[in-house]
Amino acid sequence: MDAIILQILNGLDKGGAYALIALGLTLTFGTLGVVNFAHGALFMLGAFCAVSFNKLISLEQVVLDATQKTAWGTALEIRTPYIEVWFGDIGTVLLDYSVPLSILFAIPVMLIFGVVMERGLIKHFYNRPHADQILVTFGLAIVLQEIIKHYFGANPIPQFAPDIVAGSANIGLWLGLGDSVVYPWWRLVYFAFSAIVIFGVFAFLQFTTFGMVVRAGMRDREMVSLLGINIERRFTIIFGLAAVVAGMAGAMYTPILPPDYHMGMDFLVLSFVVVVVGGMGSLGGAVAAGFLLGVLQSFASMNEIKSIIPGIDQIIIYLVAVVILLTLPRGLMGRKGVMED
Amino acid sequence: MFGNSSRADWIMLIAFSAFVLAAPILLKPFGAAYPDLLQKFAIYGIFAIGFNILFGLTGYLSFGHAAFLGVGSYASVWMFKLFTMNVIPAVLFSIVVAGLFAYIIGFVSLRRSGIYFSILTLAFAQMSYNLAYSVLTPITNGETGLQVRQLVPADRAADYVFILRDEDLRWVDQAFGVVEEGIPITNLFGMKMSGYPGFYFCAVLLILGFFIAMRIARSNFGMVLKAIKSNQNRLSYTGVNTRPYLLAAFVISGMYAGLAGALLAVTDPLAGAERMQWTASGEVVLMTILGGAGTLLGPVLGAGIIKYFENIFSSINDTVLENVFSFLPTTLQEISIAVTSMFVGEGWHLTLGLMFMIIVIFLPGGLMQGLNHLIGLFKRKISTKSVSADSSG
Amino acid sequence: MAILEVADVNKRFGGLHALHHLNLQVEEGTTHAIIGPNGAGKSTLLNCFVGRLIPETGSVTFNDASLLGLKPHQINQLGVSRVFQTPEIFEDLSVLENVMIPAFAKADGAFRINAWQRMESRAEICDEAKHILEEMGLVEQREVLSSTLSRGDKRRLELAMCLIQHPKLLLLDEPTAGMSRADTNNTIELLKGISEHGITKIIIEHDMHVVFSLADRISVLAQGTVIAEGTPDEIKGDPKVIEAYLGGELG
Ligand SMILES: Nc1ncnc2c1ncn2[C@@H]1O[C@H](COP(=O)(O)OP(=O)(O)O)[C@@H](O)[C@H]1O
Ligand SMILES: [Mg+2]
Repeated sequence: MDAIILQILNGLDKGGAYALIALGLTLTFGTLGVVNFAHGALFMLGAFCAVSFNKLISLEQVVLDATQKTAWGTALEIRTPYIEVWFGDIGTVLLDYSVPLSILFAIPVMLIFGVVMERGLIKHFYNRPHADQILVTFGLAIVLQEIIKHYFGANPIPQFAPDIVAGSANIGLWLGLGDSVVYPWWRLVYFAFSAIVIFGVFAFLQFTTFGMVVRAGMRDREMVSLLGINIERRFTIIFGLAAVVAGMAGAMYTPILPPDYHMGMDFLVLSFVVVVVGGMGSLGGAVAAGFLLGVLQSFASMNEIKSIIPGIDQIIIYLVAVVILLTLPRGLMGRKGVMED
Repeated sequence: MFGNSSRADWIMLIAFSAFVLAAPILLKPFGAAYPDLLQKFAIYGIFAIGFNILFGLTGYLSFGHAAFLGVGSYASVWMFKLFTMNVIPAVLFSIVVAGLFAYIIGFVSLRRSGIYFSILTLAFAQMSYNLAYSVLTPITNGETGLQVRQLVPADRAADYVFILRDEDLRWVDQAFGVVEEGIPITNLFGMKMSGYPGFYFCAVLLILGFFIAMRIARSNFGMVLKAIKSNQNRLSYTGVNTRPYLLAAFVISGMYAGLAGALLAVTDPLAGAERMQWTASGEVVLMTILGGAGTLLGPVLGAGIIKYFENIFSSINDTVLENVFSFLPTTLQEISIAVTSMFVGEGWHLTLGLMFMIIVIFLPGGLMQGLNHLIGLFKRKISTKSVSADSSG
Repeated sequence: MAILEVADVNKRFGGLHALHHLNLQVEEGTTHAIIGPNGAGKSTLLNCFVGRLIPETGSVTFNDASLLGLKPHQINQLGVSRVFQTPEIFEDLSVLENVMIPAFAKADGAFRINAWQRMESRAEICDEAKHILEEMGLVEQREVLSSTLSRGDKRRLELAMCLIQHPKLLLLDEPTAGMSRADTNNTIELLKGISEHGITKIIIEHDMHVVFSLADRISVLAQGTVIAEGTPDEIKGDPKVIEAYLGGELG
C-alpha cells in the first residue's frame, strides 16, 4: 500500500511536466494545425530562464579586504551578491527563492520568444505539409539546444528549491500510513503548480470569449475562419501561451532535474507520445495522459516490476503509445475528425 | 522520354559509378580524398538512398531509421566476434537482421500514416535505444559499446557461451587456422578492409545500392510507391492494397540502413547505442531532403555534403580561427572568433540545424530541384537566344 | 438480374440522417441515374458502395456478394470503379502513369510486387493505356504532369482510369460537372459507347440533358431516401420529383 502511494506520488511531478508540455503541443496542434517539434526546446529554454535568472541575481560584488590575508598572502576577496548589498536580508530571501521567482522572468521572455517564433517562422508553415513542419521545427530545436550548449556548456546545472521546501514531507503521517511515505516538498509544489497552471489554462479557454473562439477553432478550423474572426492574431497569442506554459513548466522543474541542453528533446519525444495517447486535439486527454504515463513510468521503475519484466521502465511509455495507437486510433479522448489521415 | 528512359538511366548509372570510383582523385581538390572520409560518404550515401526509397517515394516520414543502422552494426560485430573477420558473412547477416527488424517495426507502424507514423517509428527507435543501454547489455555491451577483441585462449574457449565482453571466439577463422596477432582487422578473403580497399568495398556496394534504387524507382513497384505519396486513398479505390507495398518499401529501406550499419562496423569494428539515437535518424532525414527527396542522386549528394561539412566544420578549432582572422585588428578578431566558433568544432550541430531550417524554408525540393531549376533557366536562355538569332537572321 | 442490391440502408452523421431506409436495385447492363437536390445523400450512397463509409444498418450486395466490411481495394477488385465528385487523380504522376496504375491493379491483383520490371516493359498495358487516352483526347498530353491538366481534362483522366479496368459496375459522381458543352457531349457519346460493352453504370448528374440521354432508369433521392423511381419518361412527368427539387431548393 505504502509503496503504491509512493509510486503514484513519484509519478505526479513528472506527469505534471508531461501534462504541461503536452497541453501546449495540443493547443498549437489543435488550433494552428502545426506539429511543433521545437516544443520540447521551449521547455528547455524555460529551464534555462531559471538558470539565467539565478545567475543574474547572484552576480557578486567583489571587494578586496586588505586587512585580511589569504594563505597566499594576497588580500582576501569578499564576495557578496549585489542583491544582498542593495537589499540586505530581503536580498538573501530573494536569492533563496530564485527558482519560483524566475517564473516572473520566464513569462515575458517566453511570451516574446513564442510570438517572434510564430510570426517569424511558424506562420509560414500553416499551409505546408506536416512533414515540412516537423522538419523545420526539428531544425529549430537543434539550433536552440546548440545555442544553449554554447553559452551554458554541456553539463547539467543544478538549481535549488527554496530552503523552506528543501526537505521532504512526511505524507505517510498525514494519511496515517506510518513513516515510510516521505516525499520531497518541491515535488509536491511542482504538482500543485502544474495543477494550477492547467486549471488556469482551462479556465481561460472556458470562460473568455477568446477561449471560446479557440475551442471552436479546435473543433472546426474552417468554420471559424469563415466567421471572419481575425484568426491570425489569435494564433499568435495561442502560440505565445503555449510557449509560456512550456517555459514555466521548465523553469519550475529545474530543482527536480538539473537542466542540460538536451532535456528538451528527451521530454519532447515523451510529450508527443503523451499527446498521441491522450488523443490529438484533446486538451483533457493530454493532461490525463500526462499524469497517467508519469505514474505508469514510476510504477515500471519499481524493483519488483523490473525483476519480472527487465527493462520495462525504459520502454513502458513507448509501449503504451504503440498499443494505444493500434487499438484506439484516436487515443484516449481524441475527437473524430481531428488530424485523421 | 519513355522510349529512351532506360538509356538515360544507363548513362546516369555509368557516370555515377565513374564518379564514385574516381572519387579519390576527383575529391582531392576539396581535401576530401582520404579513405576515412570517403568511406563515410559511401556509407551514409547508402543509408540515405535507402531512406529515400521510403520517404522520397512514398512520403512516409520515418523518424526511427537509425535503429536499423544500429542493429546492422551490432549484427556485424557479432559476426566478427563469433565467426570470422571476413566481411561478407557480416554484411549479409546485418542486412537480414535489419530487414527482419524493419519488418516487425514496419508491420506495426504502418497501421497508421502521417504524423502518427512518424511518432510510432520514433517511439520504436527510442525503445531500441533505451533497451540497448539497459537490459540488452549482454548483447550490446551497454555504454561501452560492442567491440572486436583478442581471441580467447583455446583452453578456455569452452567456458564462453555468450558473454564475450573481453575476448572473442571466431570459430570459422579458428577452424581455418588463421593466425591473429593482437586485435584483427576486417578482411575480404584476406584483403584488409582499411584504407582504400575499405573505401572501394563500400563504393561498390554504393553503386550496387544506387542501381537497385534506380530500378525500383523505374519499376511498377516504384510507380505504385509514388502513387501512394500522391494520393493513397485514390490508390486503394483503384484496387491496390497499399499496405504490403509500404511494408516492402519499409523493409527494403531498413535493409539499406542495415547494410550501412554493417559497413560502419566493417571500416571500424565497433558498435554503440548512440548510433540508434533519434538525432542520427534526424541526420539521414536531413541528408535526404538536402539533396532532394524522391530524386535518385539527391540523397547521395546530401549525404556527401553533410559528411564533408561535418568533417571540415568539426575539425576547426580556435587556433585555426585565430589564423584565419589574424589580419583583423584585435577586437574585431576576437569578435569574429567568438561568432564563428559557435558554428564550428563542437558547434557543428548548430550549423547543421540552421542548414536544416534553411533548406526546408527556402528549398523544400532540395539541391537537386534547385539544380534543375538552374539548368532549366539556362536552357531557356539559350533557346530564346537561338530563337532571336533565327528571327534576326 | 440485379447486379447491385441495396436494402434498407441507414447512415447517420451525428444528428443528420443522411441515408434513410434506402432501397435500390440496379439491373445488369443498364445505366441507372440517381438525381436529387444537393445534400440528398447521393455521394454518401456511393461512399457506402466503395467502402469509404459503412452504413449502420442494411445490406449492399453486388453480384450476390456483400460489399459491407470489404476494404476499398477489395471492392475494386470485384469490379467496381468510381469517378469521384471532385477529381481524384495522382497529381504528381504523368497522365500516362495515372492510367497505367489502375491497369496494373487490374492485371496483377491487389498486391504483386514487381520491383524489377520496368513500367514500359508491359507493352500490352502501355498500348491499352495509350488507346484509352486517345479515346479521351488526352493522348497528346500523356507525358505531362497530371496536376497541370484543366479541371475538365482531370475528369476525363479519372474516367479513363476507371475504364481501363473494364469494371462490371462503374460509379460516376457528376462526371460532366465543370465541362464545356462540347466536352459534355463527347462524354455522353463515350459513355453511350461503353454501354455497348455491357458495363453497368450508376450516374449521379444534375444536367438533365445528360441524364435523359443516358439513363435507362432513374431514381430520385431526397433527404436520404428514394422518393420516385422509373424510366425517364415516367420521372419526367412525376409531380413528386418537381416538388422535391423545388422543396429542396427552398428548404
Ligand atoms: N463525412 C461526413 N460527415 C458529416 N456529414 C456528411 C459527411 N458526408 C456527407 N455529409 C452530409 O450528408 C448529407 C449528404 O451529403 P452528400 O451525400 O454529399 O449529398 P449529395 O447528394 O449532394 O451528393 C449532406 O448534408 C452532407 O453535409
Ligand atoms: Mg455529391
